[in-house]
Amino acid sequence: MFAYVVRRVLATIPVMAIVALFVFSLLYIAPGDPAAVIAGDQATPEDVERIRASLGLDRPYLVRFGAWVFDIARGDLGVSIFTNLPVSTMIRQRIEPTLSLMVVTLILAVSVAVPMGVVAAWKVGTWIDKFVMGFAVLGFSVPVFVVGYLLAYTFALELDWLPVQGYTAFSQGLWPWLENLILPAIALGTVYIALIARITRATMLEVLQQDYIRTARAKGAGQRSILFLHALKNAAVPIVTVIGIGIALLIGGAVVTESVFAIPGLGRLTVDAILRRDYPVIQGVVLLFSFVYVLVNLVIDLLYTLFDPRIRY
Amino acid sequence: MMQRRHLLAVAAAALPARAALGQGTSGAARVLRFVPQADLAGLDPLVTTATVTRHHGFAVWDTLYGLNQDYAAEPQMASGHAIDQDGRRITIRLRQGLRFHDGEPVRAEDCVASIRRWAARDPMGQVLMARTEEISAPDDRSIVFRLRRPFPRLFDALAKVTPPVCFIMPARLAATPPTEAVAEIVGSGPFRFLPAERQAGRPAVYERFARYSPREEGTPSWTAGPKRAHLDRVEWHVLPDVGTTADALLAGEVEWWENPSADRHAALRASRSLVLEVLDPTGYVGMARFNHLHPPFDRPAIRRALLGAVDQAEFMRAVVGADRSLLRDGVGVFAPGTPLANDEGVAALAGARDLDRVKREIAEAGYGGEKVVLLAATDFPTLAALAETGAGMLRRVGFEVEIVGDAWAAIVRRRASREPPAAGGWNMFFTIWSGLDLLNPGVHQALRGTGERAWFGWPTMPRMEDLRGEWFDAPDDAAQQRVARAIQAEALREAPFLPLGQHFQATAYRRGITGVLKGLPLFWNVQRA
Repeated sequence: MFAYVVRRVLATIPVMAIVALFVFSLLYIAPGDPAAVIAGDQATPEDVERIRASLGLDRPYLVRFGAWVFDIARGDLGVSIFTNLPVSTMIRQRIEPTLSLMVVTLILAVSVAVPMGVVAAWKVGTWIDKFVMGFAVLGFSVPVFVVGYLLAYTFALELDWLPVQGYTAFSQGLWPWLENLILPAIALGTVYIALIARITRATMLEVLQQDYIRTARAKGAGQRSILFLHALKNAAVPIVTVIGIGIALLIGGAVVTESVFAIPGLGRLTVDAILRRDYPVIQGVVLLFSFVYVLVNLVIDLLYTLFDPRIRY
Repeated sequence: MMQRRHLLAVAAAALPARAALGQGTSGAARVLRFVPQADLAGLDPLVTTATVTRHHGFAVWDTLYGLNQDYAAEPQMASGHAIDQDGRRITIRLRQGLRFHDGEPVRAEDCVASIRRWAARDPMGQVLMARTEEISAPDDRSIVFRLRRPFPRLFDALAKVTPPVCFIMPARLAATPPTEAVAEIVGSGPFRFLPAERQAGRPAVYERFARYSPREEGTPSWTAGPKRAHLDRVEWHVLPDVGTTADALLAGEVEWWENPSADRHAALRASRSLVLEVLDPTGYVGMARFNHLHPPFDRPAIRRALLGAVDQAEFMRAVVGADRSLLRDGVGVFAPGTPLANDEGVAALAGARDLDRVKREIAEAGYGGEKVVLLAATDFPTLAALAETGAGMLRRVGFEVEIVGDAWAAIVRRRASREPPAAGGWNMFFTIWSGLDLLNPGVHQALRGTGERAWFGWPTMPRMEDLRGEWFDAPDDAAQQRVARAIQAEALREAPFLPLGQHFQATAYRRGITGVLKGLPLFWNVQRA
């Protein structure tokens, strides 16, 4: 097991290297000029050229790539072209809101979607099942920003229950932190709930047909015990897989959600950096996201052994 | 009345107490939460010409001269000046009691260093320096210009509000090359920037600089007059989404939104708690810029013919909608309502459009059916609207048009290319200028005719450069107006660009806010009820 974990962690290195090469090359060939954006619309071509030279953007591809890789190897993600702040500092300053949003969304989604899927499978064919499936289709179909606007309009502007936008750090109190995250988490979590609920229902339906479930019923086990103890545990592997895959969905959705609710997280940092062509920031954030994704997949693989002892590494 | 949201907070009393509403510490009466037009990416107003950085600059730094509502320069940090030797020696005296935010007094040598750094970037500053034999600080309060010949626009140059602005900073920071950002933000103005609170994604924060010494006389007017700060703290909240920003303003989570988009005006106007007004009477002027290096717009006759196809009202409607109060047509090369605006040749841009005649003129000028590549910034709705309207106009008069749509950051890269359109270059792009950028020939970049050194499009217009030189020497208003008419006539003859009309940008703030000055978003004089 330990050897497997070490192997998997080491395997992230070539993955990250490929991601780094891909991201750097893509940005190099992508149209755009941070020097022109910095200089502003009224700058003359000479001004733009001077700024480009001062940023080192006129250097050849290999020279720039070599310097970047050398810095990365030393743990230095570089400095933002626009703010002059180290990229690692910017990521550190922005990671809390994104992490908060993702954690709240994850808790909300799992705690709502899994029971929904279980109940839908138990009551298959009834109006409850149809309601859950209808919600799932709706959740998949409506874009996250539409859900966001509707929630903000209803619960912030009309009812005045929650703030329209913003983020308050956890250090300033649980409620101030949470009240800014409720609407974004619901908006972001809707599609996630739909996904998990559908998978849970499908897997549970399959498991509920198994012989050992019939045996459990024959032994007189209660419905709750059958559903949540016998069936759900055996259905857990695909559900956990989907939750893991959904992390990527959350990362993508966070970009939109953070923009709609003005949450100063990594998603907005990414969008701003892309719009300005702030290459070091884009590269740093994409590397971080890919690292997180690889790590989440590793954790999911390890969780399999908990739910299914037959799986060994 | 207690808000329902506060009741929720009370209901959650078992949890740790919540901080002030919204973000951070913004609840107090003398705090203003302002939503600027864009993120404040750069803090050094000489490195970037971004408008948002100019706004930041006026909060933090002061200028030797201010610009009043009549577009005239008034002493600001200067107490006054003396003009000797037939205008070849100018001595500016500093007011007493001026201090930088680090507590150091403002000295003449700081001003000299600041002027030098600014002049290296600024077109008017470059003309000033070319005519300056020496600029010196013989004592702590005197700045002396020894000029090779008189320069009547000197005070206009020092008071200009178009980026880059001649802000006064400590000499040690002004020694930084103008392409490199200063290491510290040490201002001389009424508000102090708080770098410790600058975190990525968090508001930019300014606090009142208690030791700022405003002018004692005069009336606040644009960047001139006494700059009395009544707010303790100004927070700039960057909200990326217009819908969210409108909701935040309506909900009272922010107090001032600099640039509400036109499609939100009706909703904002319907609220009794908001004021929607136009601060800048010079508005914004749309422009279609030609590339003079490649066919077909290397031919003046083709460019000139297109003046007859421009329907300025159509372009402006595409930007702001049908509200006539927010747009103006019949616009020449200077911003309407400013001292040099005139009607010379404007008839070519007004009245019924005769597209058949335009087609004939274009054919006679030798248009050979070349494809015209238009650059369109798709992430700026205003510029995208201008490009779409412009493409329609060109197609109606027989041009084959290809629109290259991309993000602004990519467009600015491509517009710098001098290559032929088929090899990554371009023929035309669209932009919007603040009317203040079109105030006079000294700041008007699109009127420069210096070929490869000119603004993108690279027109060569020696006559225009001569006229610009004449304007710098014009001794009085009447002479300036005469030159301005000649410049407009020349601009419509050479047609380095097509003026596409003027529109006005409303700003929106909550009714409890008073003392908002006209011109730019300025934070002195502003009070919260």
